[in-house]
Amino acid sequence: MMRIPCPHCGPRAQSEFIYERTVDSVVPLDAPSQEAMTKLFTRNNPRGVDDEIWRHTYGCRAWMILTRHRVTNEISGCRAIGPEALL
Amino acid sequence: MINFSFDGKAYTAQEGDTLAAALLRNGIGLVGRSFKYHRPRGIMTAGVEEPNALVTVGEGGRAEPNTRATDVFVYEGLVAKSQNRWPNLSFDVGAVLGLAAPALSAGFYYKTFFGSAKKWMFYEFFIRKAAGLGNAPTQADPDRFSHRAAFCDFLVVGAGPAGMQAALDAAESGKRVILVEQDNILGASLIRDPQELDAAWIEATAARIRAAGGRILTRTTASGYWEHDLVTLTQRLSEPGQVPANGVAQRLWHVRAGQVILATGSIERPMAFAHNDRPGVMLSQALCSYVRRFGLIPGKRVVIATNNDDAYKTAQALKEAGAQIVAILDARPAPAGANSGHRVYNDAVPLSTKGARHCLKSVSALVDGKVMDWDADLLAVSGGFTPVVHLHMQAGGTLDWNEDAQAFIPASSRQNVTTIGGAAEPQPIFKMVPVGKPKKSFIDFQNDVTLADVDLAWAEGYRSVEHLKRYTTLGMATDQGKLSNMAALGRLAEKQGVAIPEAGLTTFRPPYTPVTMGLLAGAGAKDAGAHVRRLALYDLHAAKNPIWQPLGYWFRPRAYPTGGETLAQAALREAKAVRNNVGMTDVSTLAKFEVSGPDAAAFLEIICATTVSKLAVGRGRYTFMLREDGIVFDDGTVWRLDENRYLLTSSTGGADRMATHISYVRQFLCPHLRVSAVNVQEHYAGLAVAGPKAKAVLATLVGEEPPRHMSTVPASIAGVPVIILAASYSGERAFEIYVDASQAEAVWAACETQVMTVGGALYGLEAMEFLRIEKGHLVVGGEVDGRMTPHDLALDKMLNKAGGFIGASGLARPALSEAGRRQLVGLEAIAGAIPEGAMLIPSEGASPQGHVSAAAFRIVEGGSVALGQLVDGFSRHGEILITSSPTRGQKARVRVVAPHFYDSAGERYRD
Repeated sequence: MMRIPCPHCGPRAQSEFIYERTVDSVVPLDAPSQEAMTKLFTRNNPRGVDDEIWRHTYGCRAWMILTRHRVTNEISGCRAIGPEALL
Repeated sequence: MINFSFDGKAYTAQEGDTLAAALLRNGIGLVGRSFKYHRPRGIMTAGVEEPNALVTVGEGGRAEPNTRATDVFVYEGLVAKSQNRWPNLSFDVGAVLGLAAPALSAGFYYKTFFGSAKKWMFYEFFIRKAAGLGNAPTQADPDRFSHRAAFCDFLVVGAGPAGMQAALDAAESGKRVILVEQDNILGASLIRDPQELDAAWIEATAARIRAAGGRILTRTTASGYWEHDLVTLTQRLSEPGQVPANGVAQRLWHVRAGQVILATGSIERPMAFAHNDRPGVMLSQALCSYVRRFGLIPGKRVVIATNNDDAYKTAQALKEAGAQIVAILDARPAPAGANSGHRVYNDAVPLSTKGARHCLKSVSALVDGKVMDWDADLLAVSGGFTPVVHLHMQAGGTLDWNEDAQAFIPASSRQNVTTIGGAAEPQPIFKMVPVGKPKKSFIDFQNDVTLADVDLAWAEGYRSVEHLKRYTTLGMATDQGKLSNMAALGRLAEKQGVAIPEAGLTTFRPPYTPVTMGLLAGAGAKDAGAHVRRLALYDLHAAKNPIWQPLGYWFRPRAYPTGGETLAQAALREAKAVRNNVGMTDVSTLAKFEVSGPDAAAFLEIICATTVSKLAVGRGRYTFMLREDGIVFDDGTVWRLDENRYLLTSSTGGADRMATHISYVRQFLCPHLRVSAVNVQEHYAGLAVAGPKAKAVLATLVGEEPPRHMSTVPASIAGVPVIILAASYSGERAFEIYVDASQAEAVWAACETQVMTVGGALYGLEAMEFLRIEKGHLVVGGEVDGRMTPHDLALDKMLNKAGGFIGASGLARPALSEAGRRQLVGLEAIAGAIPEGAMLIPSEGASPQGHVSAAAFRIVEGGSVALGQLVDGFSRHGEILITSSPTRGQKARVRVVAPHFYDSAGERYRD
């Protein structure tokens, strides 16, 4: 079980978080159909570092982008997102 | 003196005995029968690696099968039973399987799959009967299991000399230290081999660790190493089968450590020779433990076979205890062992043993090329040492090959883990080649795998170590190859013609030793397995003693039976009240979101697939939501409460999913919108009043004309502010009333009084289901099943023509509007009742073309009706089909119709 550095709560157990999807597979609202479906169904699976969307569901409930090595689970960053982060 | 029983016979043990020690003390050599061939087996080790002496300990719900006799400490009244034998251990009918050994060779199980199915059925019967370990208890476990989290700077695993010293150094330098030891006393190898560090050192060191703030946990196994230095510990607070002192049998620790130090030592290897599995053959260090720790000698005439120096310590211990050492067979050439003072034979490799069911009688060996025999009742073997690298490997570590020790040792790791002591530096050994008959030379005692089985797997083309494991079952079951893996790997490497490190390794997975299921469940068992969400009006409902229905985490009244009614009778009475008069129900669990801000309508038109912005203030509409791929995933209503304030409702079951979806869209896709979307599901309690008299009831309650259908007004009932939504799920004129949950009781009571005054009734989920099916309304999880598009559900006319909603691009895919898709239909029984969940077939024996998603009946007139999905269903109204449920043996002929059985024009909503 990983330890995820929530930007709001500090390091917390993975069991408090829920994984949503990779940043890569976010479908923008204005994406043309073909591009949207490619993003949705043709996912990258890099053997290395990737940006992932997680949510601290059983904590502060905020969303964040976690930069994680998919083989070693080394976490190199975790940043807040959403309107609050824009302020 | 402690009393215990084994296979129904009473024995006594001494304080501190393991069950294995106690059995040996009582002269019991035969303890179990082997897995496949039912060969008699004794006690081979003194630790958790024991492959043979598996017993069931305890009785009733506390019984723990497959417990290693070496890993349970005897307590007063312990009840142990041997396993895998019938009718008893000495006379085991299954042992004839040993005679059939050639038929049960490697992969025999897979080979039975070939040939006819009938043949397999025949084999299976006997295989299931004969093979196996202990039986799982059938009663519930009466004990409790707790979970605990802990944090430390240093977690030290193993309290041998290296581990204790490391824990002491860390603790005295001010670090938070946890030291764990799977045994019930500290010291590990020092207990059998004190060297210069004796019991006094152990005691003093432990005292210093504690004094420096360190925590020492005995009878605790570090069973799993997970990500980011999380280690799970399993702590036995009572022995297997024992009644725990305070009700808690075991504790599971989740320890997040800054640094993990593994001082896990090594496990001695057996040797491969013919009949090396006989009771009376024991590992050398195990024998040394029995002599020094437990003060017993389980034999009179001892032969020791070794390829290293360590076995001479056992010889020394035996000599001090007064046992007779007949011979030491040292595989190494002279002068190894020359000065030991024992009768040493060099270049000596064991060949075979002879004996009876319960004991060993003689040992033969090849000494410098010549066969020699010795009469002996105990044979101690030492084939080398395998470092315990399990946790290191679970942590994602790599291994190096140590040629001198013929063993893998820990190399690097991506986690903060270091291995010290014997696990890092195993003793050197002499590499020896087995000379006994391969067919009787066991390498995996627990799974009855011999050298010949490895050879056979190789001959049949199983080249990789992973295939070898699956084909022969080597390294499986409770010991997970702790004794066997290296011997098998050596043989495989020999066959491959490569060095052992090139032959590869199987994966080390948690747990290190077996863990009981109850421990993993902890307090989250039975009713506590899932939490319960209570309605704000729970107490009011409970007072009426309804039939409850679980719905997600909620419990909702299913029906309110009175006067001995059955569920069906009560639900029908309640549904009739709604159709003919007025009914009232709790709808608090519906998902509710308050969306406000200048961009609220724009945001809702992203979430919802229908228009929203066209709603006038005070009006509402039906809406539905799509997934990104264009499939309908929820539906509900949306209401414009104010210029920039909306209330969105959706299904109870999809509430959490919808909350996450809305949050994701808001945070990720539309961070720029000026909108607030708040989950108010539990802020509001809700009740629905439905029926021909609903309007009159409402008018009395609020003192004014109630809103017309699909309109909303703020109002006040019993002095409490409420929001009234004129919406109908039942098909009747109806109102949903939302109120601050903390003030809901007064509103409910006022409404109930009025409903009862006009002769109405409360109704539950069952009646609601009847009503909505008859009306042809959808339910999420029923008709909306994660496969249907808006077209399939005939919702496409409501789609927002302007697009821009989630799922619009997914929905544009041609396949989602092609012919041949399943479409929503109504089904009307020609005779009989339509079975829910049944398949729809055009004729007997034909392939299914759809299914029944919900079945009910016409509430007033009677007659079975249902909703279903049918291939190209929209164009097939009038067709006669069969609804068939072979599993329930139910069948009915149905006519395909439009999915509305009641007031399809919506006349009853109008005032």
